[in-house]
Amino acid sequence: MSSYRIHGATGDWEVVIGLEVHAQITSNAKLFSGASTAFGAEPNTQVSLVDAAMPGMLPVLNAECVRQAVRTGMAIEAQINKYSRFDRKNYFYADLPQGYQISQLYHPIVGEGSLTIDADDKAGIPEDKIIGIERIHIEQDAGKLMHDQHPTMSYVDLNRVGVALMEIVSRPDMTSPAEAGAYVRKLRAILRYVGSCDGNMEEGSMRADVNVSVRKVGDPELGTRTETKNVNSVRFVMQTIEFEAQRQVDLIEDGGTVVQETRLFDPGTGTTRTMRSKEDAHDYRYFPDPDLLPLELGEDFLAECRASLPELPDAKRARYESELGLTPYNARELTAEVETFARYETLLAETARRAGKSEAEVATQVANWALSVAPGVFKSLGDDADPAYATAQAQAAILELQAAGAISGGQAKEIYEIVLKTGREPGEIAETEGLKQQSDTGAIELAVDEVIAANPDKVEQYRGGKDKLFGFFVGQTMKAMQGKANPAVVNDLLKAKLG
Amino acid sequence: MTDLTQLGIKPLRDGVAAGEFTAREVAEAFNAAVADASALNAFIVTTPDHALDAASKVDADRAAGKALGPMAGVPIGMKDLFCTQGVQTTAASHILEGFVPRYESTVSQKLWDAGAGMLGKLNLDQFAMGSSNETSHFGNVSSPWRRTGTNAPMSPGGSSGGSSAAVAARIAPAATGTDTGGSIRQPAAFTGICGIKPTYGRCSRWGVVAFASSLDQAGPMARSVEDCAIMLGAMAGFDPKDATSLKMDVPDWAAGLDGNLAGKTIGIPREYRMEGTDAAILDSWERGKQWLRDAGATIVDISLPHTKYALPAYYIIAPAEASSNLARYDGVRYGLRDLPDGAGLQDMYAETREAGFGDEVKRRILIGTYVLSAGFYDAYYTQAQKVRALVARDFEQAFAQCDLILAPTTPTASFPLGENSEDPLAMYLNDVFAVPASLAGLPAMSVPAMQNEGGLPLGLQLVGRPFDEQGVLNAGLAIEQRAGFSAQPDKWWC
Repeated sequence: MSSYRIHGATGDWEVVIGLEVHAQITSNAKLFSGASTAFGAEPNTQVSLVDAAMPGMLPVLNAECVRQAVRTGMAIEAQINKYSRFDRKNYFYADLPQGYQISQLYHPIVGEGSLTIDADDKAGIPEDKIIGIERIHIEQDAGKLMHDQHPTMSYVDLNRVGVALMEIVSRPDMTSPAEAGAYVRKLRAILRYVGSCDGNMEEGSMRADVNVSVRKVGDPELGTRTETKNVNSVRFVMQTIEFEAQRQVDLIEDGGTVVQETRLFDPGTGTTRTMRSKEDAHDYRYFPDPDLLPLELGEDFLAECRASLPELPDAKRARYESELGLTPYNARELTAEVETFARYETLLAETARRAGKSEAEVATQVANWALSVAPGVFKSLGDDADPAYATAQAQAAILELQAAGAISGGQAKEIYEIVLKTGREPGEIAETEGLKQQSDTGAIELAVDEVIAANPDKVEQYRGGKDKLFGFFVGQTMKAMQGKANPAVVNDLLKAKLG
Repeated sequence: MTDLTQLGIKPLRDGVAAGEFTAREVAEAFNAAVADASALNAFIVTTPDHALDAASKVDADRAAGKALGPMAGVPIGMKDLFCTQGVQTTAASHILEGFVPRYESTVSQKLWDAGAGMLGKLNLDQFAMGSSNETSHFGNVSSPWRRTGTNAPMSPGGSSGGSSAAVAARIAPAATGTDTGGSIRQPAAFTGICGIKPTYGRCSRWGVVAFASSLDQAGPMARSVEDCAIMLGAMAGFDPKDATSLKMDVPDWAAGLDGNLAGKTIGIPREYRMEGTDAAILDSWERGKQWLRDAGATIVDISLPHTKYALPAYYIIAPAEASSNLARYDGVRYGLRDLPDGAGLQDMYAETREAGFGDEVKRRILIGTYVLSAGFYDAYYTQAQKVRALVARDFEQAFAQCDLILAPTTPTASFPLGENSEDPLAMYLNDVFAVPASLAGLPAMSVPAMQNEGGLPLGLQLVGRPFDEQGVLNAGLAIEQRAGFSAQPDKWWC
């Protein structure tokens, strides 16, 4: 249970949150027409006769969109409904050419499922938590009104009309902004793993309707909820909840009541305002779309969908811990994003191949490199780094040199810097730039002997029990070797000679 | 030379193919007949050049020895519910007045591909809503028929009233119709011609202005059963652009025509013997039974117990779908836009739709909106869907006992224009015998049987099992062969 509370004048309040996430289905063509779905085209250039709702035009279902919705449902271990149906949601608006949106009210394609948000102490999520997902249904997107093109008229862009969306409806299982944020991030990761949505919130590929209500801690009754529409980033979702929860508590404590209504989020101020109240709510007059037959899914189709599913975040994370021996932290960080694990797995395979070792043997080294060393170097270079040079081959070559003791950790960073700036080969850089450490026992032994000879008093103190001085001898030896001695060899020799 | 306008599809096509006359001569003859018949108001626009161009192509193809299509050299009328590329398509409404599609409906394209040409766009009840052709924005269509001894203009039926009038008046050898709840069969019966509504899904709905999607079906209206078979063959076929299109081969119905009904059982539904049905209609039904018996069929009584609920259910389902289908006529993208100074979006919708739709269309949009509204949906729409399922089950059970059903097409003969226009319920009753087959999606045909005492034509209806257009056509042929209906209206219009 989240400990998120609104401290009101009359006591503590808790928040109940449900999210309806609209995710644009990755497909080349729209849900019921052959028009393209590419983002950013000139207005009204991706509009078919069907999208423009010309007289006599009919929708024909795009099977790829169905496939993606089913795969998504499978990824959240939801019930897949072999029988589903499309309904018309009727209302008039200039961005809705048909005068209705084709959606699925009565028989959605995906039923009950869930996802797990991960424990995150810093965010106030003490343990993993399962968030119920009530349903996923498929529906059409609407177009876009443009009010800034003409002093007295509004323009309509129909490019988005008919683009396929999944509406993913959660249970009201979240109790803090952090949980809601974690839910959206996890859902986004799953969609991107599955490849059913690119999750690009800036381009509107994913947006959330945020349902918020408050109640006194321990009250079993749910409060009246508001729905804030089309919130398009994780941060805004969290801000919406923070603002709405506080607003509702203030309202109730001032003697008012929360009105069930639709609200809008203003990213500029971080506040929400009324869009329309329940009294103005549309009567959508849903009924089954007579232009479309019920959608019936066969076993073969379902089997194909299941077989095409990749390893999903939770499974991957568990495997990273159990098979690769990574820490829970590393496993979580590496599996949070598709790009992160993809880069990691490529580098892991390449490093193991070069070293002639199993992946498990090099997994931790590669994980540390991929999560902290490499991004650190990259970030420090800023615009000087060319991402094209950040190849798995180059990085694996560096890791191989380091594992073999030929270079130190510091040298690895320096070499990677040069790689990112120039694209030169790591082995060549190590040679040419003198970025190699000395593992030759003879040279190091000579340096060790000199350090011991030059510091008889310290030797005496060390031998008298002042263990901390060992670091001093290591430092002196490394200094004498201009930092290029293999620290392990230095340690061994010093220990042997100091006794 | 023969009067070419006296010929139907088959003799025209065969005559062109045999070189007895050219397709261009045929087109010219019908173009002239159309031009002379403006008093009927059957056409909203005429397209003589379309007919001539198609004819010239047929003549050139024939000269070049190319194979000719099944409709080659036959100019037809096109109900103005089919979108035709480059030719105004209005659904007889003001809201679509001036709308010129840049696409061709699947059915009309198939007809052009089969060698047909277009005489013009035929008048109809607005958005196919009506049973008398009195709801068109472009004026009533007059039936070519008149009651003996009177000059009162009569209804050609509806909604395909322009189609029925044109074919009956011999100004078109055939025409397309659409049938949602009788709109092919009832006008065919009123005007002494044949018309068939095929199984739902046989003809693509793509490019046909929608009225009630789950019921709308296109079909031919022509002078003979054989002509209907030929033309239906050219119109039907799977269309990937219509999700409700049947993925089935189209049989060669014309080749399969056979009026011998030996071994066939014909069901006579007792519930169709309704109060208010004309004596002459009942007489025609009796004759029909005898003709089918004479053709070798066995006649049995059957029951379709939910018949009386069909019409009320239809008048919930069809308006419900229509209220949604017609939402796209909003003044935003095409057609009429009525935007008073300073008006906002809602005002534009209201003004445009107020000015653009006729009273009957508004009535049905209101009914449809009402029955789908929160709190009424289950009581009306859900209930009506249940009735629809029961009506369909009635037919299924009946077809366990018989192969085809014979019934009157309409409860009365044609009536004078204006007689029923103030009483929507009386008007709706016109389709009481036609609607059940529509709800069940079954193939159904009207063929002329006889004239009543006023000289007006009466039709008989045949309803078949799903996909059994052949059975329906064969029984229609058997009636046609025995009824010997050859009456034509007096040519008062030119």
